[in-house]
Amino acid sequence: MKHDAILIRYAELAIKGRNRKKFERRLEKNIQQLLKRRFPAARTSRTFGRLFAETNGEDSKEVLEALRHVFGISSVSPVVRTVNREADIKEGAAAVISDALAQGKRSFKVSCRRIDKTFPTGSQDMNQLIGAHLLGQFPELTVDVHHPDVELTVEIRQEGTAITGEKLKGAGGLPTGTGGRAMLLLSGGIDSPVAGFEAMKRGVTLEAVHFHSPPYTSVQAKQKVEDLAAVLSAFGGAVKLHVVPFTEAQLAVHQQVPDNVEITVMRRFMLRIAEQLAEKDGLKALISGESLGQVASQTLESMYAINQVTTMPVLRPLITQDKLDVIEKSQRIGTYDISIRPFEDCCTIFLPSDPKTKPNAEKVAYYESFLAIDDIVNDAVKRTEVRIIDGRTQQDEELEDLL
Amino acid sequence: MIYLDNSAATIPDEEVLKTFTKASSAYFGNPSSLHKLGGEASALLEKAREKAAELLEAEQHQVLFTSGATESNNLAVQGTAYARQNRGKHVVVSSLEHPSILEAVAYLEREGWDVTRVSPQMNGDVTAQSVKRALREDTVLVCMMHVNNETGAILPAEEVGLMLKRYPRIHYHVDAVQAVGKIPVSFRTIGADSLSISAHKIHGLKGTGLLVYRDTRNLTPLFFGGAQESGIRAGTENPAGAAAAVKALRLAVSNRPEHAAHMRDLNVQLETFFKERKEVVINSPAQRAPHIINVSCPGRKAETVVHALEQREIYISTTSACSSRVSNESSVLKEMGADQSVAESAVRISLSGRTTAEEIGSFMKAWEQTVPEVTLAKGAK
Repeated sequence: MKHDAILIRYAELAIKGRNRKKFERRLEKNIQQLLKRRFPAARTSRTFGRLFAETNGEDSKEVLEALRHVFGISSVSPVVRTVNREADIKEGAAAVISDALAQGKRSFKVSCRRIDKTFPTGSQDMNQLIGAHLLGQFPELTVDVHHPDVELTVEIRQEGTAITGEKLKGAGGLPTGTGGRAMLLLSGGIDSPVAGFEAMKRGVTLEAVHFHSPPYTSVQAKQKVEDLAAVLSAFGGAVKLHVVPFTEAQLAVHQQVPDNVEITVMRRFMLRIAEQLAEKDGLKALISGESLGQVASQTLESMYAINQVTTMPVLRPLITQDKLDVIEKSQRIGTYDISIRPFEDCCTIFLPSDPKTKPNAEKVAYYESFLAIDDIVNDAVKRTEVRIIDGRTQQDEELEDLL
Repeated sequence: MIYLDNSAATIPDEEVLKTFTKASSAYFGNPSSLHKLGGEASALLEKAREKAAELLEAEQHQVLFTSGATESNNLAVQGTAYARQNRGKHVVVSSLEHPSILEAVAYLEREGWDVTRVSPQMNGDVTAQSVKRALREDTVLVCMMHVNNETGAILPAEEVGLMLKRYPRIHYHVDAVQAVGKIPVSFRTIGADSLSISAHKIHGLKGTGLLVYRDTRNLTPLFFGGAQESGIRAGTENPAGAAAAVKALRLAVSNRPEHAAHMRDLNVQLETFFKERKEVVINSPAQRAPHIINVSCPGRKAETVVHALEQREIYISTTSACSSRVSNESSVLKEMGADQSVAESAVRISLSGRTTAEEIGSFMKAWEQTVPEVTLAKGAK
């Protein structure tokens, strides 16, 4: 008897009241898309009131691994299904246990739930019957009801019995596409892609905006951002990337305002431009990779001064995270190696040696008032280039054609 | 023309040539240049590296592009020996290796290293056992080719890799030049610490090859200069060459199942044919790669046989190309215990995936008509 299906659990969705159906449908659709792309024979099914992925001959280990990366899934279990007959249930349980033994597991307990009350044997009795059967068949197996290596769960329902022996943690979060759409400020550093990932994990569909200042920033810096967006798109679908020509705005700021508040004013311009682009696409929030106190522009005072120019919510998923944790996460999601490529982005050029950590919001607004703010913003928005990044970038495709 | 010297060089694939010319003009920049053109050339080089790693089941940073297998082998042998000389100065190689290994270790020997050459038994096999017996406390490097270039013999490279798992301090180098595209080659499963490959043996271009090396931090360069190829190989990189080499590798890997089966069929036909020829002795072992069969006509000079067939535009070779200009006898066959008369009359017929059954038919007919006519050398009976 083989594991021919994978049980998919989505604990968090269960508490979502009336929205639950919508979330479930979305999750199932996301899973179906994944299966269709990578495991064409596999299908989803709803039996026993549960969501399953039927492997239909695809490698169940690989399907399991792929499902663990889908947002909205809290855990997955390979499952053996049988008819409601004692002999079959015992045989199924033995199949699950022999797999576990092969993985080096030794102790077990049985947790039986008899949902179908027409089944003649009670759940306590079933626990004992199955346990005794397994102990007889596998001499190396021992019982441990407190800390078992394997908790064998047996669910007897009207439609049949499902037996599982292991439970693997999923990516958690909410299904992609259920959290609305938001605009990520993507710099090319380590933090912003992780912030984007965290937002995607809560179901958000991403667009991204990057500020490009040629000749002070290079084509490679822009390529880097496209590559980052490509990595992110693997988690939650295509990313619409807006590349803003920022040189003129940056030079205007550089000439007008004192060096030590330049970064503050520059960030205010970025927010204004990002907000306009977001509004144009009907997005409801901005996302940034800021972490409290990490650099001068990310102190509370700075954020207060910068945030004043927008009324749109600015989500900061990393706000209380330590840098080392963020680095670790970026390595896990695969953006770290791209982020550390050594090209300057627009935040690091014109950087004064003594940026203000506690800029005064009123003074900043005063310095700024000498600039034609609306013209600068509108001009940058108008000249913004848009590109859809889905998996592979254009450069990737050209190169792969050659190879 | 019937070309049956594919172990010396192959006809470049059209696709490979296309990649090379397109990459040469579209990505001509120096990959180290800071500007966009440099960046694009560098992106191509790295993409090629990534793809090569994927095809050989290695990590991207483990792939080094070289000028071919002779450089790859020299870099692996000398670079490893020098990097590890403080740990020990003993090297073990099979005596069937290509000259680019044998001469490199001969150089080390002159420089003060000890070299043990493991010689095959009569059936042409070097075994994992015989390699194991040659190991010493101070052994730092073992070299073993996967497929012999003269006879096509498949050497127990994987068994040696498995055996050496228990000697983590020994670096294990595998010359996979004649194996790629003919038998499955995976850096991961072979258990090697380095692996060399040449592109022009798999319908790629001359002057391009690669070395997969597990940990390049432990490798002394042959060339000094710029910090190209992780500082291991100075000199402006060749992105177009690398791209063409990887294209050839991709085609070789994806065509292997089909081409290997086809070559195996032709090889068996040739074996059946030669078995019935009384002037011929078959030198290749039964356990051989699908593309090579090596035979001798004792009493007839190999060179004359090659030229006789050449008059009919059929091209085969004497010993390996790298040895054939210096000596008229096959050192590999001598190592395998062959008579003088067999070793000096050996010819190699090597196939490619494109060799046709008709060509093999014509070859056999031509052989029947010309080779028996070749006058016996002086002293032969």
